[in-house]
Amino acid sequence: MSASSAFNDEKGGSSSVGEPEYGHDPASGGIFSSDYKRHDDLKEMLDSNKDSLKLEAMKRIVAMIARGKNASDLFPAVVKNVACKNIEVKKLVYVYLVRYAEEQQDLALLSISTFQRGLKDPNQLIRASALRVLSSIRVTIIVPIMMLAIKEAASDMSPYVRKTAAHAIPKLYSLDPEQKDQLIEVIEKLLADKTTLVAGSVVMAFEEVCPERIDLIHKNYRKLCNLLIDVEEWGQVVIINMLTRYARTQFLNPNINKTFYGSDEDEDEDEEEKEKKAEVAAMAKRKPYVMDPDHRLLLRNTKPLLQSRNAAVVMAVAQLYFHLAPKAEVALLILFEMISTLYTCGMFEPYLKSFYIRSTDPTQIKVLKLEVLTNLANETNISTILREFQTYIKSMDKDFVAATIQAIGRCATNIGEVRDTCLNGLVQLLSNRDELVVAESVVVIKKLLQMQPEKHSDIIKHMAKLTDNIQVPMARASILWLIGEYCEHVPKIAPDVLRKMAKSFTNEEDIVKLQIINLAAKLYLTNSKQTKLLTQYVLNLAKYDQNYDIRDRARFIRQLIVPTEKSGALSKYAKKLFLALKPAPVLESPFKDRDHFQLGSLSHLLNAKAGGYQELPDWPEAAPDPSVRNVEVKESVRAVGTVTYRDTGALWGPQKMEGSEESDSSCFFCIEPAPSPQVTPVNTFLSNSLVTDLEGLSLSDSVLSPATIAPSSVLKNYELLHRITGEGLSVEYCFSRQPFSPDANMVAVQMQFTNSATSDTKNLHMEDVKLQSGMRVKEFPEIGEREPEDIQCTAMAVMGIDFCDSTQAANFQLCTHTRKFFVSIQPPVGELMRPIFLTENEFKKEQGQLMGMNEITEKLTLDAKCRNEHAIVQRVTTAANLSRVPCGSDKECRFAGRTVTSSSLVLVTVATKEEGAAQLTVNCEKMVIGTMLVKDILLALTQ
Amino acid sequence: MIHSLFLVNASGDIFLEKHWKSVVSRSVCDYFFEAQERATEPENVPPVIPTPHHYLISVLRHRIYFVAVIQSEVPPLFVIEFLHRVVDTFQDYFGVCTEAAIKDNVVVVYELLEEMLDNGFPLATESNILKELIKPPTILRTMVNTITGSTNVGEQLPTGQLSVVPWRRTGVKYTNNEAYFDVVEEIDAIIDKSGSTITAEIQGVIDACVKLTGMPDLTLSFMNPRLLDDVSFHPCVRFKRWEAERILSFIPPDGNFRLLSYHVSSQNLVAIPVYVKHNITFREGSSQGRFDLTLGPKQTMGKAVESVLVSSQLPRGVLNANLNPSQGTYTFDPVTKLLSWDVGKINPQKLPSLKGTMSLQAGASKPDENPTINIQFKIQQMAISGLKVNRLDMYGEKYKPFKGIKYMTKAGKSVLQRMHIVNCK
Repeated sequence: MSASSAFNDEKGGSSSVGEPEYGHDPASGGIFSSDYKRHDDLKEMLDSNKDSLKLEAMKRIVAMIARGKNASDLFPAVVKNVACKNIEVKKLVYVYLVRYAEEQQDLALLSISTFQRGLKDPNQLIRASALRVLSSIRVTIIVPIMMLAIKEAASDMSPYVRKTAAHAIPKLYSLDPEQKDQLIEVIEKLLADKTTLVAGSVVMAFEEVCPERIDLIHKNYRKLCNLLIDVEEWGQVVIINMLTRYARTQFLNPNINKTFYGSDEDEDEDEEEKEKKAEVAAMAKRKPYVMDPDHRLLLRNTKPLLQSRNAAVVMAVAQLYFHLAPKAEVALLILFEMISTLYTCGMFEPYLKSFYIRSTDPTQIKVLKLEVLTNLANETNISTILREFQTYIKSMDKDFVAATIQAIGRCATNIGEVRDTCLNGLVQLLSNRDELVVAESVVVIKKLLQMQPEKHSDIIKHMAKLTDNIQVPMARASILWLIGEYCEHVPKIAPDVLRKMAKSFTNEEDIVKLQIINLAAKLYLTNSKQTKLLTQYVLNLAKYDQNYDIRDRARFIRQLIVPTEKSGALSKYAKKLFLALKPAPVLESPFKDRDHFQLGSLSHLLNAKAGGYQELPDWPEAAPDPSVRNVEVKESVRAVGTVTYRDTGALWGPQKMEGSEESDSSCFFCIEPAPSPQVTPVNTFLSNSLVTDLEGLSLSDSVLSPATIAPSSVLKNYELLHRITGEGLSVEYCFSRQPFSPDANMVAVQMQFTNSATSDTKNLHMEDVKLQSGMRVKEFPEIGEREPEDIQCTAMAVMGIDFCDSTQAANFQLCTHTRKFFVSIQPPVGELMRPIFLTENEFKKEQGQLMGMNEITEKLTLDAKCRNEHAIVQRVTTAANLSRVPCGSDKECRFAGRTVTSSSLVLVTVATKEEGAAQLTVNCEKMVIGTMLVKDILLALTQ
Repeated sequence: MIHSLFLVNASGDIFLEKHWKSVVSRSVCDYFFEAQERATEPENVPPVIPTPHHYLISVLRHRIYFVAVIQSEVPPLFVIEFLHRVVDTFQDYFGVCTEAAIKDNVVVVYELLEEMLDNGFPLATESNILKELIKPPTILRTMVNTITGSTNVGEQLPTGQLSVVPWRRTGVKYTNNEAYFDVVEEIDAIIDKSGSTITAEIQGVIDACVKLTGMPDLTLSFMNPRLLDDVSFHPCVRFKRWEAERILSFIPPDGNFRLLSYHVSSQNLVAIPVYVKHNITFREGSSQGRFDLTLGPKQTMGKAVESVLVSSQLPRGVLNANLNPSQGTYTFDPVTKLLSWDVGKINPQKLPSLKGTMSLQAGASKPDENPTINIQFKIQQMAISGLKVNRLDMYGEKYKPFKGIKYMTKAGKSVLQRMHIVNCK
């Protein structure tokens, strides 16, 4: 397939000789010159073992991709380099893979294992980029792997990896929409994330995957509002748009019951206005509208963003205010950006002049500005605007002149006082040399005259004279229509015009001909003495016209107006039919009818619904329960305590810590001024929890049965130091089940320090480690400084302990700058192992070798809640760090692992029978471990 | 969100394409080319073009169209802002953003685009972060890379990405600690034919070049901060302090950045520093017209007006112009009818003028459009709004930085004087 595509491509290239880039491209040099094996040199370079050659080759390939050339036949050669050590080569290979993997799915699978390895790399950058590529290669077969990787990354230590996980969610969703439910779970989890880095991305994922699940937002609403100011600008746009929709469903319309709201300190209304409002409120006292504090919170927190440098953010805030705020408040804002839509006049008046048009503006902008000016026009400013319009008419851009004339027409209809002025101005334009201008004026004048015809017979006369000169058909037709309509006002001229028109009838355009017939008919009805013969003549001419419309019209009109013996009752009504009073036209803006779309959206711009547009819901009749947004006290304190940089700016520098008063109960670890701002790279030996579960995954099996993937288990927390004994300092630890990268034989123990005392705690470190022989400990680095992002009063650290495959406790002293505490860590047996992957056959083979003394079997009755396969897997993997082994029978669940220190095999089988009866078998070289494990698993399955 | 990006040059060739989701065929650009053909001027291409399956959103910068392909609802401004950010980043990396520069650095461009968007959603757009992820190409580094085989790609996640100061990298060290601020103001104005100002506004920016060691915390205060209305800040500026004290307090990014942009529109404050007197007459019965233009300085506080350039689109009927400048050079393009006069510096003692005749097409009617004159100029050492920086203080670090501030005023895109053509009988 790849060969044939290369062939086709080559043929295409050689057949179009005119394509100059092909042979003469300097970057690709001789690549294209040799016929069918044109990429051979590149392949050779890729196969070499020198990184620089590989890099050079990859650079050329990427250049080809960038120019849109087909490089797909290099796929096998490129994919081999996915494991290359050189980071730049790797990145470029990733670029290539993402581009072509969809076309060459089978070959792309070769690279998957590399990404899986990348997912457990200690470097968060590599983990993130592995996840990015893994989720970007659109190969359906790896959906389960992607799902798992996303789930794991969502609970990664590094916020950057979590952000990447949020990005991966919509990718997976677009690949396989059936994963929606599971993805929503991940989104829910990530929505609870407190770092600003993640917030924007996860809301974006939310919008793409499940915008209808508004209930997921409740708990996070206040947090999002508070974080908003510190989120990166792109995230801000997405969050603001989402919150606009959310607010529409949750709060009451502030404009319905007359605005009365807890007036904000930042609004400087004058006294009078306040009094007025109080009166209104008194009147509506029966049901006073009080704005929900959460609604107020949103409005208050978005306001500063109006000063963002990013126009998209400003626009987003502007639309939020437009859709959500009381109208009085909108008026306070300067919303220059909302050019095309605001009909709520008045608020822009001071800025009228900003919309004056410059001759250097592009035409579209000119037209938009004109639109704004027209909408802003009122009795007081109309003279200024008209004077401005006068200059525009002299512009060289004819389209713009035409638009200006229409705008004048609209001003004239909207503001009665200036109608005469406008009309006179337009009549003057009739003598303009440019035909387009004249034509446009005639059309507008026609519409204007329709409103008050009786006053303007002289204008009609003037226009009648113009028929001699104007050639634009639309204008001629308009004039004829006008004369016909108001022939009573110009009784002498009308027949004469008809005479002239009859003379030139055959040479006229179709629309003009139709209007001539129309004029003839009307004159016949009002003034038949003078025009009878002329009308007959015109109708005869029309009878033989080439255009059937005109022939039809002539026949129709003749029957209607000329009374014959055959003509029925209709001709009696001819006069009523033709000379009925016509309603004056309404001159409308072309930008009307857009207000049903959310401002600033693509749909609004195009005035057509774009794919994926979310309707802005109407305000609810009654507000839904506001308590859904309440979060447990502890959480909300945290949310408030999340000191945002821009609010207080107090993290550095001489300012006072403002945020601390809100969260005064929680004291921070004393942040000592670090000698250098370099943050300790904790990440180098912290790695993610993905590893364990992915380790055993090979592609073929996961495809066969996605269920073989062990579900991510919940980590259990143990207490190391209680708050009381630790005098405010409490320490919890858990076995993170991640490989401890400094030493593979150690079990990683993750500790979380929480300081709830009022005094500072400094210099946390370990001392005086007492161990059984053979055991080793890798201490965590002293905690004195912390990453500034972590503003809560907790700190994390990871230590490694080699327990020598025994459950002996590790004792040590935990020291602060003032106190020492004796503590010990004792591992449950299940944590002394790490998962490995075995196939079913391997499992059976290994099990066969571990019979007899190494096998322990127990019968048990499963807990009532634990009778399905999923629950069993869940409980076993929680109790012990094992991975699931694929199994043909659904009555059996198998798990495998190795002990951390001695790498002895641990095999577990749970065979289920009728009525919750089951049999547990553990095969392990180390009998002690085996017996203890049986006890633990028994306990887990029966309780 | 953003599906694909195409870069189209002035002659209508797609010279770069990048896809973040499934590949979109480049034939989608045909709709763009259609719109481009319909547009009379390059700027007149509509920014959003709907096609049956996609939407094309484009910006034109440096004579390159950046065309983004969108499939579903997204705020158009979001995309446009992002495209501008892409261009700014390229400019930051390569010095210029031309077709040649992009083609020469296509690999870096690709790596950048890969970092800036993930699945069509912006990932890292802050220049400080990007520069740590992907080192900008310099001659020295290119040489070192070719010899040692090392790379442009950073191996560590930039620390800034994760901190509360995502715009600043950590571990910055300089031997000379300097902070420079440029206050640049651009005037846009419309002046009517009699010389009185119809509307004028000042668009100002403060660009900074900060090279300071460590984590400095700066505060910048103005003598007359009330002057500024409608300000927009770099994300590093703390709102609260601005609102309360009208002081700019911030931890600066490393290197060049735009600290603040502002807008001053109150009419009486803005004085256009240049005036133009014009006199254009056509006489009935002759195909010649008189042309007379004089420039002069106005309220410049003693500073010289430099780099003055006057251009005007003359009416279509004008066949040729035969003019005589008192200083500088002028050109007249008989095809586009564009007259431009490069004046240079205005000497208040001897005002520059451009006089002569214009010839009309024989028999053609006298032009009745009124052309406009566009004036460009520069004034050093002055901010026309009168904005003055009071002082710059630094906290958080111990050394004494070198501080500098520069003011400049120039004409924006359009200082337009409307002309009036007199047709004498």
